[in-house]
Amino acid sequence: MIKFDIQNLKLYYGDYQALKGIDLAIEEREITAFIGPSGCGKSTLLKSLNRMNDLVEGCRVVGKVLLDGEDIYGALDVTELRRRVGMVFQKPNPFPMSVYDNIAFGPRTHGITQKHKLDEIVETTLKNAAIWDELKDRLKKSAIALSGGQQQRLCIARALAVQPEVLLMDEPTSALDPISTGKIEELILDLKRRYSIVIVTHNMQQATRISDKTAFFLLGEVVEFDETENLFSAPRDKRTEDYITGRFG
Amino acid sequence: MKTATREKLVSAVFLAVALTSVAAVALICVFLFASGIPAVGEIGVFRFLLGREWSPTDVPPVFGILPMILGSLYVTAGAILFGVPVGVLTSVFMARMCRPRLYRVIKPALDLLAGIPSIVYGFFGLMVLVPLTREIFGGTGKSIFTASLLLGIMILPTIIGVSESALRSVPQSYYEGALALGASHTRAVYFTVLPAAKSGIFAGVILGIGRAIGETMAVIMVAGNQARAPTGVFKGVRTLTANIVMEMGYSEGLHREALIATGVVLFVFILIINVSFSLVKRRSKQ
Repeated sequence: MIKFDIQNLKLYYGDYQALKGIDLAIEEREITAFIGPSGCGKSTLLKSLNRMNDLVEGCRVVGKVLLDGEDIYGALDVTELRRRVGMVFQKPNPFPMSVYDNIAFGPRTHGITQKHKLDEIVETTLKNAAIWDELKDRLKKSAIALSGGQQQRLCIARALAVQPEVLLMDEPTSALDPISTGKIEELILDLKRRYSIVIVTHNMQQATRISDKTAFFLLGEVVEFDETENLFSAPRDKRTEDYITGRFG
Repeated sequence: MKTATREKLVSAVFLAVALTSVAAVALICVFLFASGIPAVGEIGVFRFLLGREWSPTDVPPVFGILPMILGSLYVTAGAILFGVPVGVLTSVFMARMCRPRLYRVIKPALDLLAGIPSIVYGFFGLMVLVPLTREIFGGTGKSIFTASLLLGIMILPTIIGVSESALRSVPQSYYEGALALGASHTRAVYFTVLPAAKSGIFAGVILGIGRAIGETMAVIMVAGNQARAPTGVFKGVRTLTANIVMEMGYSEGLHREALIATGVVLFVFILIINVSFSLVKRRSKQ
């Protein structure tokens, strides 16, 4: 099943064209990795999947992004889109409030107010994000006091609490140490069973470790999109080969 | 002259200049306490601070400033009641909601509001707010309510200025995180950005309190100034500042010293406010 069907997507920041006609199909319950040098458009594409690009002044989108066949730049309500398509940022960004309130923020936003329901959501989400045992005694403590790795897993849990279908991750481990990175990769692999995941990464080992498919971006275009194994072992495009063998980027 | 000597000389000059303000504060303290404290001793601390009657010209005179302490507290609390909601919501609007074109109107308007001399505020209160209050709520119109309203307007620029910069310094990542969860702009602002700026906003409120409690001219013109414990929000009231200004001109002896002691009480209030301001600021930095 195709979750996201991106058709000839062009994106402009003012006069600058950041995406030059992207065609990409993102499968359900798979991990799709976006790789490429800085400024190649991979993060821009990621952000256009839940319309976080709307925040950028002068940003204009042409083309289609279909989520389960529905154009997300059409009639679909943007808050509903963002509930269905969650996002985890490069730098962990827990809200300056308690662990509990961080997780409950999304559900409360979408109208859940009963305490017992929220309690239940907080517990199951933290369990799903494999951080319940670490945090169950600290639910009322400020999330800011957690370690970087814990903060990022909390942010993943926070995104899961609104029961999304897709998780977008923008270099989620680039600010973390190797041990925290390992834990997050494990978590991402585990989440694949229930969610479609798109991850932007600068770390090619990470892409090979966790992703099913990989798209290589260069200058606003998708140069190559294939099964991760194929792309890294037998790239079809010379530019892909140069990049993954470390000749540039 | 050798470079080292010249450097020393220059830094000594800077030090001397920098110490001017410290010296000023120190001298004010010495003057206030030296002339105020003996009077308090003579009257009796409790009879001075908690005395309900102020009759400086009676024989024997009675110096109780509780009505004025209460007066200052009431009008300040009232100013907070009017000024904080308006001020905080305005700052949220300015920092996160208003269009740049509108901002270019609001911001200079607030700067102007901050620069208006308090006597002009007083005139405005006397000519507009007092008659209005009299017509709507009865009485003379000179009251706690009127003074609070006027002070509430006067402290707006302080509260808005500090709150706005606190709101602007909240990391954008909180806002984006909330949006990514499907929150609307308004919800993201009120439930993530605003709480994150809480201590900065609180600091602004404390500064506002400082401004309100020390205000003299404008308050005198609209508060009625009766030296007795106020009995209602639409009744007249005299603040500590008003008490000093109104009687200083003709007072002498113990009366004069009692007025200076009133200044000491005011000074202590300001001291408390400043200490809490720096505590709040320190906590917001952590």
